[in-house]
Amino acid sequence: MTAESMLVPGVEALRAAFGGAVLRQTVSCGDSIVTVDRDRAHEVLAWLKETPGQEFDYLTDITAVDYRDPERALEVVYQLRSLGRRVDLRIKVPLDKSQPLEVDSVWDLWKGADWLEREVYDLFGVVFKGHPDLRRILMWETYAEGHPLRKDFPLRGNFSRAEQTRQALAANPEAHYSMEELSIADAFDELPDDMKRRLAQGERGEIR
Amino acid sequence: MTTRTLEMALATPGLDPSGRPARLPLRPKKGSDDEFGAEHMLVNIGPQHPATHGVLRLVLELEGETVKRCIPHVGYLHSGFEKLGEYRHYNQIIPLTDRTDYLSPMANNVCLALAAEKLMGIEITERCQVLRVIACEMSRIISHLVWLGTTGIDLGAFTPFLWSFYQRERIYNLQEAWTGARLTTSLTRIGGMMADVPEGWEAGLREFCRTFPDTLNEVDTMFTRNSIWCGRTQGVGAMTAAEAINYSLSGPMLRASGVAYDVRKDRPYLGYESYDFDVPVGEYGDIYDRYRVRLEEMYQSNRILEQALDRLARLAGAPVNTADHRVILPPKHRAMSDMEAMIHHFKQVMEGVAAPPGEAYLGIENPKGELGYYFVSDGTAKPVRWRIRPPSFINLACLPKLCEGALLSDVIAINASVDIVMGEIDR
Repeated sequence: MTAESMLVPGVEALRAAFGGAVLRQTVSCGDSIVTVDRDRAHEVLAWLKETPGQEFDYLTDITAVDYRDPERALEVVYQLRSLGRRVDLRIKVPLDKSQPLEVDSVWDLWKGADWLEREVYDLFGVVFKGHPDLRRILMWETYAEGHPLRKDFPLRGNFSRAEQTRQALAANPEAHYSMEELSIADAFDELPDDMKRRLAQGERGEIR
Repeated sequence: MTTRTLEMALATPGLDPSGRPARLPLRPKKGSDDEFGAEHMLVNIGPQHPATHGVLRLVLELEGETVKRCIPHVGYLHSGFEKLGEYRHYNQIIPLTDRTDYLSPMANNVCLALAAEKLMGIEITERCQVLRVIACEMSRIISHLVWLGTTGIDLGAFTPFLWSFYQRERIYNLQEAWTGARLTTSLTRIGGMMADVPEGWEAGLREFCRTFPDTLNEVDTMFTRNSIWCGRTQGVGAMTAAEAINYSLSGPMLRASGVAYDVRKDRPYLGYESYDFDVPVGEYGDIYDRYRVRLEEMYQSNRILEQALDRLARLAGAPVNTADHRVILPPKHRAMSDMEAMIHHFKQVMEGVAAPPGEAYLGIENPKGELGYYFVSDGTAKPVRWRIRPPSFINLACLPKLCEGALLSDVIAINASVDIVMGEIDR
């Protein structure tokens, strides 16, 4: 049997409906993978979710892959499942690193994408356009070292432990608190005057 | 009563034009348009609070005792496991999986081995499959027992906590006898297991299977028709089936909402299709249904364990590991005496086992939900990407929706019913 014939049913229909937007279709270890163009990714995912006969109603996972080859595009990976048809389909969206890493958010299709997209944004720096609350989720808010799961991010981080300690000690006190904590203190009129003044001047500072 | 809905400023992090932190709404001043003069109040729970089941932090906006908004903060336990995995051989990743969902380490080990075997195209022996089923179901029972005990405590019932932790201790003793560890089990290897069960071990598990349902029956008597328990849980934190699918929930959270999806039934692995067991499904998707689903799952796991023990007895003496010593270490005595075995041993320890270029996703039914490992390989012995599909992370993401409009005391119950483990959420 050729690799083509083991693709999950429906991939041919996807190709017929979107033509040039479907860049590649492969099978790896029995999983069907379809690579689609970034600009039409949201359209393809919405079509897969809503078209009768496709019904990929369950978003298993969103993640991204940064390859060891620095020339190769970063890929955003959507793991879809049709609960009724019991088939899985993986959609990959390559993002060229020479351009801004942006793709449309699928939060409007699956609410489960909320935290998954935030995680990909946090760890890979991919911006999901249209996400209502795109901010870091696992790393802290003022983390400025970069995006840890990118291959150009060294395992031990960009700064030595001594450098991190030095920066933490030299930072303004308000840099140690998240915006939520600062706003809670502000709401209860407990923010010291010097902190208020520095915040008003935009000098919150960062802890790396 | 007129209420004042405050602007949501979540999407605009940073300062407002006057330089004040603008992320959360400020508390309205006294004498606002609310006729009772009620004020919205911000309450911070956690990250160090026993009822948040780990280092979860919740910021709640309250109006009186009603939750208007709930903002969870996670990441306090972030350890970068996925990044670490990219620098390790496939077998060296197994100890990392112990530490993600640390309430069911053996099931995580099994999932990792299965995902790597799918990537490398390795067949495992029948005895190995049965041993892995036992590991998975033991993990399900201990994880659900922790859930049962701690949720009972959160709702004010202390005794079932002692019962469930006593039973959990019995499984932990068996786990320790098998793997040598209570938490850092590292039980599986790619292509087999770290060890077969020790002699006489099956009798201990059989005795557990025989007596364990008594405890479940006691809990059932204590909780299922208890008016306080029903009052605290029925109709609280409900999720419809369509919402549960839309929020990508999995495991007992999904099934309590009435979606009959269980990975063991719908895409069987480890020969689960040949075991006789039922999948409990809820109706209303509230905390009570989640409790009923998890309680019934423990009975069903017990059934699976009994069947697996029968098969294990039938397969006595059968090989556990795959015969191909290019992927699994030969026995130590052979590595010390046989040239070829020594070469295999040396190459695996020094270079690791290379996976062919490709990628594989494999999900299994973990106690918390669908745990999935996604490997991308470029042909070397270390993965390009190791992704954990964390069930509790994805289940927890619906917490703001579940808590909206609930009472403050219900937030504790709802959070408990999600069954989270922070090691897996933060990874």
